[in-house]
Amino acid sequence: MVHGVEIVLTAPLADLAAALAAKLVSAVELTESVLRRIDAANPRLNAFLTIDREGALDRARAADAARTAGKAGPLTGIPVAHKDVLMTAGLRTSCGSRMLENFVAPYDAFVVQRLADAGMVMVGKTNMDEFAMGSSNENSFFGPVRNPWNPEYVPGGSSGGSAAAVSARLVPAATGTDTGGSIRQPAALSGICGLKPTYGVCSRFGLIAFASSLDTPGVLAQTAQDCALLLNAMAGHDPRDSTSIDRPAEDYARELGRPLDGVRIGLPKEYFGEGTEPPVIEAIEAALGELCKLGAKTVEVSLPSVDLAVPVYYVIAPAEASSNLSRFDGTRYGHRAARYANLTDMYEKTRAEGFGAEVKRRILVGTYVLSHGYYDAYYLKAQQVRRLIAEDFRRAYEQCDVIIGPTSPTTAFKLGSKVDDPVKMYLNDIFTVAGNLTGTPGISIPCGFDQRGLPVGMLIQGRHFGEARILNVAHQYQLVTDWHRRTPPLAP
Amino acid sequence: MPLSIDDVRRIARLARIEITPAEADDVRQKLDGIFAMIGRMRAVDTAGIAPMSHALDAVLPMREDQVTESDHREAYMCLAPAAEAGLYLVPKVIE
Repeated sequence: MVHGVEIVLTAPLADLAAALAAKLVSAVELTESVLRRIDAANPRLNAFLTIDREGALDRARAADAARTAGKAGPLTGIPVAHKDVLMTAGLRTSCGSRMLENFVAPYDAFVVQRLADAGMVMVGKTNMDEFAMGSSNENSFFGPVRNPWNPEYVPGGSSGGSAAAVSARLVPAATGTDTGGSIRQPAALSGICGLKPTYGVCSRFGLIAFASSLDTPGVLAQTAQDCALLLNAMAGHDPRDSTSIDRPAEDYARELGRPLDGVRIGLPKEYFGEGTEPPVIEAIEAALGELCKLGAKTVEVSLPSVDLAVPVYYVIAPAEASSNLSRFDGTRYGHRAARYANLTDMYEKTRAEGFGAEVKRRILVGTYVLSHGYYDAYYLKAQQVRRLIAEDFRRAYEQCDVIIGPTSPTTAFKLGSKVDDPVKMYLNDIFTVAGNLTGTPGISIPCGFDQRGLPVGMLIQGRHFGEARILNVAHQYQLVTDWHRRTPPLAP
Repeated sequence: MPLSIDDVRRIARLARIEITPAEADDVRQKLDGIFAMIGRMRAVDTAGIAPMSHALDAVLPMREDQVTESDHREAYMCLAPAAEAGLYLVPKVIE
């Protein structure tokens, strides 16, 4: 039995849910196994910042009791990790920053609450780039996360801890947040699935704000089907987030089984140009071949303004960040400098000590573009170009159902190789940022490996509220391929 | 146009972030690189294009004008670096 259970316990979420429902395993056994795996792997990976052992076992016991009482739902008893940008009542929520090193959240984020209500067992909080600013997880105050496929490489970011934890099979699922690619890019670099829903589908309440018009909670898991099940529990209207969308609940798994006959896949010619590594292009082209065998058709589309997405993003996101992060001033919560001469000095020293270099840089960029005399030239201009990009996508979706390309122009890169060149780091998000500017959903799924054995991610994007369709395409691909089943060498 | 050290000092002052003289030039260089990248966007003709501030162009909803929050004062104030008698303590600002 033990042997059988060990095989089951690293399986995708949907299989674990079936094993729990069939009482082949209890939530307590599953949680104990997850905690053992975290203990074994975390010293090498640094994926978790906080492990809530006692709380997790209490929640697992409650999940088992709910099942015995006939009150279990599809996710009851499944362990989950939350990115440390999401508030968890009574548990440290550091945001990867010295500023919040000892901050204990006074309430739960909406998505944390929703997954708890669904009976999921939160086991801990995952490492991340400070305030979700980064593409490699090297900007964490608590040290970098290592890629389970090769410890000398980054896992991507900013949800790098969540990506590494799922990739190494420490947990079957983790939450993430995606402001410019922070779920999809680490999912790609770590060889797992990462879903960024439509803006407004999941409430931002309790998500420590970075760029409010772009921040999107989502999930990381082994399969597209698992992502659908998780989104079913996480989505929903929340009056406490004024941008949360009030629309009828839907079953995001409803189209998983639909054949791909006649599905039109848009291929933006801008996504297959120079700058993308040949092994990445080759893997995507092979994946497109599989999708065509399943009945899909490809159509070339054009997104002429999409090359402006990174410049636009690096005006809008820092502008919003400079405003959002003004709340960290050493007065109401978080770090306060030990010595200061007066109030202004207290603010300046607190923020100089509490924020890392990249966060400071983005606050400075944002402060500049919003400052007197520059607003029209930068922020207003960026919002206008943002509309041009959104129009490109709207026109493209008149010709196709989904848009497919690489998630990232490269596979994972070596730790330290881009930390001294912010612009080079920003270009990792060249294919993902447009989805945040337009608010459209996207999922990255594994579709191959490069010559070094590092995973390649394929980005499937869809129209607003097109989650069911992109999950359908991803699931059908995963039925005929096994990239998502490959387990990295650093998994315990 | 490249930023000067004085520009960096002015922005840092507005952002309430202390930048030491030793780090100012490195900050300046990295910001210059970022603004050079952003610069491509500034050349685009956007005459007559309405700015887009929300992904779905949604209008923010209004709610009833009534109290919905309960009292969280103690739970929130205990997070402060310095608080006393229900007040946040900061350095003296009025002589």
